[in-house]
Amino acid sequence: MSDSPVDPDEVEHIAGLARVELSAEERERFADQFGEILSAFEALDEVPETDSEPELTNVMRPDEVRDSLDQAEALRNAEETEDGKFKGPRVS
Amino acid sequence: MSENIYITETTIEGDEDGPLAGRTVAVKDNISTEGVRTTCGSAMLEEYVPPYDGTVIERLKAAGATIPGKTNMDEFGMGTTTETSAFGSTDNPAAPGHVPGGSSGGSAAAVAAGEADLALGTDTGGSVRCPAAFCGVVGIKPTYGLVSRYGLIAYANSLEQIGPLAPSVEEAAELLEVIAGPDERDGTTRDATDHGSDYEYAEAADGDVDGLEIGVPTELLDGADDRVVDQFWNAIDDLEARGASYHEVSLPSLEHAVEAYYVIAMSEASSNLARFDGVRYGTSGGYDGNWNEAFAAAREEGFGEEVKRRILLGTYALSAGYHDKYYKKAQDARAWIQQDFDEALSEADVLASPTMPVTPFELGESLDDPMKMYLADANTTPVNLANLPAISVPVGDDPGLPVGLQLVGPAFGEKRLIRAGSALA
Repeated sequence: MSDSPVDPDEVEHIAGLARVELSAEERERFADQFGEILSAFEALDEVPETDSEPELTNVMRPDEVRDSLDQAEALRNAEETEDGKFKGPRVS
Repeated sequence: MSENIYITETTIEGDEDGPLAGRTVAVKDNISTEGVRTTCGSAMLEEYVPPYDGTVIERLKAAGATIPGKTNMDEFGMGTTTETSAFGSTDNPAAPGHVPGGSSGGSAAAVAAGEADLALGTDTGGSVRCPAAFCGVVGIKPTYGLVSRYGLIAYANSLEQIGPLAPSVEEAAELLEVIAGPDERDGTTRDATDHGSDYEYAEAADGDVDGLEIGVPTELLDGADDRVVDQFWNAIDDLEARGASYHEVSLPSLEHAVEAYYVIAMSEASSNLARFDGVRYGTSGGYDGNWNEAFAAAREEGFGEEVKRRILLGTYALSAGYHDKYYKKAQDARAWIQQDFDEALSEADVLASPTMPVTPFELGESLDDPMKMYLADANTTPVNLANLPAISVPVGDDPGLPVGLQLVGPAFGEKRLIRAGSALA
């Protein structure tokens, strides 16, 4: 087990940040598994600080007007739409 | 068919003429096909029908290929066995009762069973090479940027590439010729001709290994099964007999590849999969409550357990207080691994290892133990972290026990890998 065990409350907190509801059973199981997985990740402590010099270049193109998906196509996979717009749950 | 290779069987016709005319190419179900549902192996996208084709699909059609179906896969590419699919597991045609590997298990199984002539998979940490090895076929993970990802539903953008699966190296090279090349709709693509290569991959499949210098990273043999290691050395002996030579080399950074890979992949996944909230596509469930509650309920229902595990661990690794400990150290490891590969490839033409340290698991064997599954990716994940090309070719003479040999080359060194790999398959 990890020296910084993860408890079900912490799993619940992370799940809230990630917007994923969990069952009580999943919370318990994930807490155990996360302890083991995160303790394996601790081995990264041994990795030396390493400079990386990626070759980065900006990729640009002229801003030209062109056809895009039409509204009906863009909305086709949504479960709920209204007046040509996506309909989501209420904000609060 | 009994193996459960396809999630959706269909017939998408290509043009009449072209280099792939008359051939079938099965496509992994995370690559967008216009008008044909694309599920990513997830209940979340069970009904999702893309309104456009991915670039590789356009290129397949223009090359005359026929697409016979969308293949089964681990949910969103997250798995090494194809068992995390919401559409059930796939049996391994080369070793019945065993997993086909993953995450592109359906694509490899389609080729192994002769259900398709060729197939496309995607490789984020080994997802083309692992199933190729487990099903006894050839798989190529191209250099990062060689193949457009436009229309590929993202799991971990900085790591993944679309790659070919085929019965032989030459046929895999023919398919790579069709899909490779820059695309203005994917700003990370690069032109191989700017990097010392051309796109004539198939003609490189001449099996000429005379004078080839092979480096064998000892770290990638250490944890492997004896049976796998025996077959690996038999294949190296075979290459030696044909004029190649080998030396052992140590790449200490590779000991940290699995951890670095999972931290980076999970972190990117936690961000990429935020889009699945059930509003624009996916399962919304019609839940009550405010939007956070409704999204959380839809995601609980639509995602399987492995996907939730990775989203949560990625969220954790990026959260305040843990970012430096996990994500930043994983990026250090990534840079270190790149340096080690550069150095090793300055002394060798290619690096060789077993593709997978194990033979295929029995169906159901590894589902309960995520760490066991992650550790099976020890030999494939370093290649994605280093943005390099690699090929897996079947070796060994036991038909019930598929073993793959992996060759890794320098960036845009696909032709070198194809030439060397074609000596074996």
